[in-house]
Amino acid sequence: MKWVMLIILCVSGPAWAGEARPLADDPAAEARLKHLAVELRCLVCQNQTLADSNAPLAEDLRREVREMIAKNMSDKEIIEFLVSRYGDFVLYRPPLKATTTLLWVGPFVLLTIGATALVITLRRRAHKVVDAVVSEEEHRKVEQLMAEGGKRS
Amino acid sequence: MNRFLLPLSIFVVVVGFLAVGLKLNPREIPSPLVGKAAPDFSQPQLYDREKVFSPADLKGKVWLLNFWASWCSGCKTEHPVLMELAKSGEVPIYGMDYKDLPEEAMAWLRQWGNPYSVIGMDDAGRVGINFGVYGVPETYVIDKQGVIRYKQIGPLNPDTVSQKIIPLVKQLESQ
Repeated sequence: MKWVMLIILCVSGPAWAGEARPLADDPAAEARLKHLAVELRCLVCQNQTLADSNAPLAEDLRREVREMIAKNMSDKEIIEFLVSRYGDFVLYRPPLKATTTLLWVGPFVLLTIGATALVITLRRRAHKVVDAVVSEEEHRKVEQLMAEGGKRS
Repeated sequence: MNRFLLPLSIFVVVVGFLAVGLKLNPREIPSPLVGKAAPDFSQPQLYDREKVFSPADLKGKVWLLNFWASWCSGCKTEHPVLMELAKSGEVPIYGMDYKDLPEEAMAWLRQWGNPYSVIGMDDAGRVGINFGVYGVPETYVIDKQGVIRYKQIGPLNPDTVSQKIIPLVKQLESQ
């Protein structure tokens, strides 16, 4: 029985390794594809990159990118090819344009508003805190109350 | 009173943004192709693989290009709307069978009816990529000069057809 298992393991090993082969055909091209695909968004599963997605469209787009790499097109040309068809949405880092200004500047605007509000509130609060004057008698009363409290517990 | 005015107005603004955000459909990505010339293609026809379907043959006509597939459930939803539109004769509908098997596509059309003037086959999905298709069904309105004037993402419904497609087609026809 052990021998049978061992044989099965030996036979299944290479078959398993064979599945990933198309990726290794041209390591340099695959490295470029990977580098590009992590910057590109899959349009079907919108929060996945083109590299991660198993959607059929993502597979097709990887095939297209692979072919463009084989044709020796530059990264810029490949990205332009996709943007001209699917728009800036395919880019995980959209370019700074009139329509995307809010996207780029928005967080800093919110941060500035928040910081200003914090500074104003802190300053106002500093004005409100008035030094409390404690008279001699009040002081004695406090001491007495605290002593009593100590006894009770 | 004044103390609550500022937080209240901020709250109203935030609620406003969220309300608009709820109504937006994140799956509808504006196409950069609207207003540009439709990509060229020449694909074999579904019913006669020897013949070619190409937009060049349709210059001077206003037409719809509908990407569909027999495996696509949204296409089934949309189908009666297309049948109705084809029957009205307002605008010719051309089909692009996207990543589908010819036998299955033909069986589907036999069962549900065929609203298309001509159907091209896009086995590899290349025409789809050139048109920026990312999910079927998608429908394009193409004018006499071969420029894309409108893109519908997802199934057409009777309202979109009567309020958007038909008025647009009429306007383009008169140009």
